[in-house]
Amino acid sequence: MNRDPDRHKLFTRRAAFLAGGQAILMTALAGRLYYLQVVEADRYATLADENRINLRLLAPPRGRVLDRFGTPLAENQQNYRLQLVPEDVKSSDIEQVLEHARQIVTLTDSDLRRIIREVRRNRAFVPITLRENLSWSEVARIEINAPDLPGLVIDVGRARRYPYGPVVAHVLGYVAAVSETDLDNDPLLKLPGFRVGRAGVERVHDLELRGTGGSSEVEVNAFGRMIRELSRREGQPGADVMLTLDVGLQEYIVKRLGEESASVVVMDVLTGDVLAMVSNPAYDSNDFNRGLSTKEWQALVSDQRTPLINKSIAGVYSPGSTFKMIVLLAALEKGVISADQKIHCCGDYELGDAKFHCWKRHGHGFVNAREALTESCDVYFYEIAKRTGIDRIAAMARKFGLDAPTGIDLPGEKDGLIPTRDWKRASRNEPWHQGETVIAGIGQGYVLTTPVQLALMTARIANGGRAITPHLTRAVGEQATQRLSPTEIPSINVSPSHLAIVIDGMNRVVNHATGTARRSATHIEGFPMAGKTGTVQVRRITKAERDQGVRKNEDLPWKFRDHALFVGFAPVENPRYAVSVVVEHGGGGSSTAAPIARDVLMEAHRRNSVGPGAAIAERAPSRKPAQGMAKDATSARQQTRTVPDVGD
Amino acid sequence: MRSTLSTPELTLGRKLFTMNWFLVLLITAVASVGFAMLYSAADGSTQPWAERQMVRYGVALGIMIVIATIDVRLWLRYAYPLYFVALALLAAVEVAGYVGMGAQRWISLGMINIQPSELMKIFLVLALARYYHASAIEDIGSISRLFVPLLLIAAPAVFILRQPDLGTAIMVVMTGAAVLFLAGVRVWKFVLVGIAGLAAAPIAWQFLHEYQKKRVLTFLDPETDPLGASYHIIQSKIALGSGGLMGKGFMQGPQSHLHFLPEMQTDFIFTMLAEEMGLVGAIGLLILYIMIIAFGVYIAIRSRNQFGRLVAGGITTTFFLYVFINIAMVTGLIPVVGVPLPLVSYGGTVMMTLMIGFGLLIGVGVHRDVPVGRRGEAEGM
Repeated sequence: MNRDPDRHKLFTRRAAFLAGGQAILMTALAGRLYYLQVVEADRYATLADENRINLRLLAPPRGRVLDRFGTPLAENQQNYRLQLVPEDVKSSDIEQVLEHARQIVTLTDSDLRRIIREVRRNRAFVPITLRENLSWSEVARIEINAPDLPGLVIDVGRARRYPYGPVVAHVLGYVAAVSETDLDNDPLLKLPGFRVGRAGVERVHDLELRGTGGSSEVEVNAFGRMIRELSRREGQPGADVMLTLDVGLQEYIVKRLGEESASVVVMDVLTGDVLAMVSNPAYDSNDFNRGLSTKEWQALVSDQRTPLINKSIAGVYSPGSTFKMIVLLAALEKGVISADQKIHCCGDYELGDAKFHCWKRHGHGFVNAREALTESCDVYFYEIAKRTGIDRIAAMARKFGLDAPTGIDLPGEKDGLIPTRDWKRASRNEPWHQGETVIAGIGQGYVLTTPVQLALMTARIANGGRAITPHLTRAVGEQATQRLSPTEIPSINVSPSHLAIVIDGMNRVVNHATGTARRSATHIEGFPMAGKTGTVQVRRITKAERDQGVRKNEDLPWKFRDHALFVGFAPVENPRYAVSVVVEHGGGGSSTAAPIARDVLMEAHRRNSVGPGAAIAERAPSRKPAQGMAKDATSARQQTRTVPDVGD
Repeated sequence: MRSTLSTPELTLGRKLFTMNWFLVLLITAVASVGFAMLYSAADGSTQPWAERQMVRYGVALGIMIVIATIDVRLWLRYAYPLYFVALALLAAVEVAGYVGMGAQRWISLGMINIQPSELMKIFLVLALARYYHASAIEDIGSISRLFVPLLLIAAPAVFILRQPDLGTAIMVVMTGAAVLFLAGVRVWKFVLVGIAGLAAAPIAWQFLHEYQKKRVLTFLDPETDPLGASYHIIQSKIALGSGGLMGKGFMQGPQSHLHFLPEMQTDFIFTMLAEEMGLVGAIGLLILYIMIIAFGVYIAIRSRNQFGRLVAGGITTTFFLYVFINIAMVTGLIPVVGVPLPLVSYGGTVMMTLMIGFGLLIGVGVHRDVPVGRRGEAEGM
């Protein structure tokens, strides 16, 4: 132990060495701290904020859709949801609470399984939706029983509601969950539960209706629970869209059509405002928002009356005799015939080997232009069509808005078709036959139109050849849609005297003793209707069927019966309303379509849908559906059905 | 018993008077920083941590002072028995210990649960100090004289590794190595063992648990898996870095209080301190630690007996290792190896280990002039 001083020296040396090493390591720690807290401080400060600050989007309320008088057609309804907050109830009691809840609201076994699954999967503070769209009485009963239902809360959300359901479904469309293809730069679309317009006005004006999202900066903890709101920026609510529709007229038309598979379009001839656009039958937009069951969907898809298709813009039909105004105008403009020049109709028309029949078997005798329209003489139009030539007829048709989309503010509009020589060569690689011109002369053959095109054509005839276009949007937000005043609308350059002849002919169709629609006169002083009937053969009655006793259209199965068409306007002097009626497989234009058109125009007149000038917006909307009128109209229609077909 | 061991001139009053009270003050200062941090970690409440920690510290402080008055020769005499008791407890953990946090570390002794690996940190130092106290300086160089100390280190290290507790095992090995170094074992032997260790590393890798491997891999490349294993390191660095020079203020650290920091009351409490008090507070605490270590080295060098020197040096090194490993871990310098920040982190066992250690350290200072025989008898010569 005498060597202890040596050991002490050695120890001291070693201890100094070790302490030096420790000092170096401590310095390294200090250096590391300096690096993290001073050199890199800004970077970590940013990372820290990203950690704890969440930007949450606030969905703006979707704009409403209003009719021309301000009646809401699409609005946001409070959606009461029953939610369970798992952390507010002991996990052992959850089943019991659900059992209690079950006595108040219906919860299926699969609902329960879903809820239990979500309780396990989510963090305890995330509310789980048990049921949506609670009724008021359910909400009240839950509130009263609140002490027995720990963890259950009522949450209020917004849901799209369409108070008129199927009445305006095809115009409005519907909203649905965002799909992959909808995603653009708008972060709103990524919000869970966000809805976008999927069809109709909801789709066309989706951006305006949607508004812009607000945002809320919230501080969250490591588990994502919101601690507090740091700042909030309110979004811009979606703009209300006001339509040109008169929902009262729309309702009336739906009632009037009943079970028919049909389209009715009513248009203001001076402005192009679409006052009514009904495609019957329709779906209920609310069902789409709620979500359809497979069965419901199948029922819609398989219905042969095609409730999913907006027939007004996407149904294409041969215009039949309603096309005769165009043919007559083309002939008059070309000068192949004068208004008073007569053509003899003996009931049929021969062209080469082919024989074309007039609907009147024994013929009309000698008819001039007005008489030909009045009685819808086919032979007259065969002849003038042949004289005019298909290309001139097509050119005239285009002036009246056929052969192209009318440009109405709805998605999915069809073109229709007016054939020309070039078209046939290009599409079928075949030369044009004169017989095809002849058959086009009565609006059959290749000629195809949509109901909205027919309404536009009629409106342009009625307004003296002004190139109005149909539209549904009256205003978006505070901004009224930019529109030309009636005098600024360009003319389509058709001789006024020729138009006068056509209008006179159309007047006689309804108001002359020989007219095909003489039973459909309005009999209202100052509001007479003019128009043109059309009956379009869907399929010829075959020889075999004739042998089996099928003589009349009514004896055929529904889907082989003729389409009934009518186009018209009223009043004859200074017209305001144009209408097109297409009843699929409805029988005769004069027996089925014309009475509908008359009733619709009378209702529009009664409601004064256009309104006197600028004061219309202030007028309180008449919400009472015209119950009495509907009944009268129905009985009137039944009467017309019982009389023998006038035909055309 | 004390009366027979104490030299007549070293009365209890004298011992208390010569005790290094400034070191006690420093220790209390660091512990108080801990109380403040635990108060903050509980969002401004003494529950559930700060109050219990204060009570523990009070008890441990008393124990420390009592230990400081016990004659070092008594410790020398019982160094081996204490070591073997601790080793037996470690073996018992292997058999009967219960699993906490995925590792088997605790053993229940009636009322209290103890962690034998913590006791071993102290008793290994005592055992090694006793061994070298009895060795003549010329014997230290011989290879055969290395056999017993290496066995003394390896036996507990293996048990602790099997628990598995890599952090504590490393600390035990490094503490033992430090005592050997201080005792005068040649530097080249450490180099040799170091090289051998590096060579054995791939084999040792095989024996690591999956979570330990993951932690090492995460340390090597923390960005690979930001929400998985490296979450702790990344969140810790973000909290530290965002604290900046002056910090977010007491109880104002958003990262800590929003629970982005894991285990902020234990292993990651330094991060919270650095976030709330900034670089200034972190360096301040580091300086307190350095002062304690400096006192430890001072006491070691001043002791007139080898046993006291080695005990003081070993304990000081253990304390340094706690501080360094914890801070290096939370600043992302080394992998995450569950080592708490001494005197600050919440936890009773580590507190007790440390305070027993400090009691021994101060005791070495108090008894610096006591002559110590080879076996702990009062040396007559």
